[in-house]
Amino acid sequence: MATSIRGRGGIGPALPLLTPAYLWLVVAIFLPLSAMALFSFMTELPMSGRDWSLTLEHYAAFFSSGLYVTLLWASIRLGLEVTLWCAIIGFPAAYVLARVLKGRAREAIFLLVILPFWSNGLVRIFSWAMVLREGGLLDTTLNAILPFRIDIDLMYSYPAVIIGLVHSYVPYMVLTCYLTLQAIDNALIEAARSLGASRLQTLRRVVLPLAMPGLLAGSVLIFVPVVGSFMEPRILGGRTGTFYGTVIEDQFVAVFNWPLGAALSFILLAVVLVILSLSAPILRRVQ
Amino acid sequence: MAEVVVDKVSRSFGSHKALDEMSIAFPDKGFYGLLGPSGSGKTTLLRMIAGFDFPDAGRIAIGGEGVERVPVEKRRIGMVFQNYALFPNMSVAENVAFGLSVRGETRGAIEVEVKRALDLVQLGHLGERRPHQLSGGQRQRVALARAIVTKPRVLLLDEPLSALDKALRVDMQIELKRIQREIGITTIFVTHDQEEALTMSDRIGILRDGRLVQEGPPEEIYDRPESEFAATFLGDANILRGVATGNGIRLPDGTVVVANQGTKPAVGTSASCAVRPERISIGEADNATLGEENRLKGRVSKRIFGGNSSTYFVEHRGDIIKVHVQNNGGTSLAEGQDVILRWSPESAVLIGM
Repeated sequence: MATSIRGRGGIGPALPLLTPAYLWLVVAIFLPLSAMALFSFMTELPMSGRDWSLTLEHYAAFFSSGLYVTLLWASIRLGLEVTLWCAIIGFPAAYVLARVLKGRAREAIFLLVILPFWSNGLVRIFSWAMVLREGGLLDTTLNAILPFRIDIDLMYSYPAVIIGLVHSYVPYMVLTCYLTLQAIDNALIEAARSLGASRLQTLRRVVLPLAMPGLLAGSVLIFVPVVGSFMEPRILGGRTGTFYGTVIEDQFVAVFNWPLGAALSFILLAVVLVILSLSAPILRRVQ
Repeated sequence: MAEVVVDKVSRSFGSHKALDEMSIAFPDKGFYGLLGPSGSGKTTLLRMIAGFDFPDAGRIAIGGEGVERVPVEKRRIGMVFQNYALFPNMSVAENVAFGLSVRGETRGAIEVEVKRALDLVQLGHLGERRPHQLSGGQRQRVALARAIVTKPRVLLLDEPLSALDKALRVDMQIELKRIQREIGITTIFVTHDQEEALTMSDRIGILRDGRLVQEGPPEEIYDRPESEFAATFLGDANILRGVATGNGIRLPDGTVVVANQGTKPAVGTSASCAVRPERISIGEADNATLGEENRLKGRVSKRIFGGNSSTYFVEHRGDIIKVHVQNNGGTSLAEGQDVILRWSPESAVLIGM
């Protein structure tokens, strides 16, 4: 008896299953991240024999210059907006996939949703550039249909950045919502209707609360990377596309100020963690 | 409260006819049991009365109002689902309050009604619990309270007791019946459990292949089944087949079985005779007494002990006849023993082909 109890509760038997994943996490994420953490406190990169010493100046730079705070705020706003649009677009799609379509139709639509995952990110963004620029696909098509002339040049604008990011991240929302929606017992929806609830009331009072875990998981999966995104803002946003993520990227690839880039990254990480932990109690109550 | 009338309702799924010109009148305030094997159309019929599905043809009326095109939420019905379907994101009280609050009733009125409904099902003290904290029987009661709190015109029960264990099921049968009487609501109850249908229903309808085979009070169907299917599906029955003689049938071996129940088929046509296993008495071959009874010789091929009663399988010219005997202390018969089976003509039901 004693051995079986220990066997069930102990971590021993689980070790062979856990080790590969944790070994990988340590090597691939923890080590580079630690190195970055160290860099963020250095005056210079310890390369080609340059002298360096420990400092807090890069962290101080964030607070002394209003620029970084403004950019971080802009990035958080961008994250919230993209997440909201993903929810508005993704949830209805997930609902139809999970509860309306069946068989082949469901498979086909599912494939269309996942397709962005299979295409290269840069290709995706440059395709949008072709569509959004002046004289591009959208401009030409609309002017061919409409009797009057309008100029559509969304390229290098805030909406272009939103469009590109929503396109990249909406599958996450569809997938997480799909999982929770298809787990809802149909009898619950029928029960609500039999009690006199309209379709809208059923959606608001039964389906949405039960799908909330999926909506939240999707939101976290989208919000966190969007706040740090740099590719879409840089290519589709042009001069308007300066965000916190693009500034970090600059430090690494253009200015070669790795310590500042690393410090800005860790501040972002801290801010995101604070936002998530502050919203956790509220989100739990919503559930 | 209202009577429910289903008039020549048909519904097909592809080439399968789930309901075939089904007509039933469910009496006001009655407890009606729909009984049938799976695929007989009983659940389809219930879902159509609820409004989850719509008939291809025919009419459905609740309290005289045609509802066959009315959506579920406007039909004012209450339904209890097989797995209860309680909302997991709400407390017990919120579950019960749901139907009232979507109708826009005031908070005060809702509170009073919810309390009354929970007291009726004896769960007044558990309002704050979540559904996952309740036992199966308690969930069942909450589902019932939720269905009746809106004062529906008809209560629909879809195999509501099938998920409970035996002892609890018997308790709930009594409880359900008490509540139904107390609020006097027209109730339609779908089950495949014949015992449940017999104990609870005022009337039973037996369904097969989308058609109504027979309906009436439980005793009437049990004592006078009109078809071999009704006889064997509702309770146990021995079916003897032969040729109609007017007031009975002649078996292939020449024995005449006299039956006073059922409708008399034309003389000379093939007919059968149904006898309930508990109506047959079994005795040793040599001490059989004479009387106005049907008798049949046979040999015990098997005996199954079932606690308070035993079942004998008696072979008569290749047919097996089942006999239930109360275990009241008498000596039991051995397998292989010759016996005489006796039953009165009152216990035999004639069934035409």
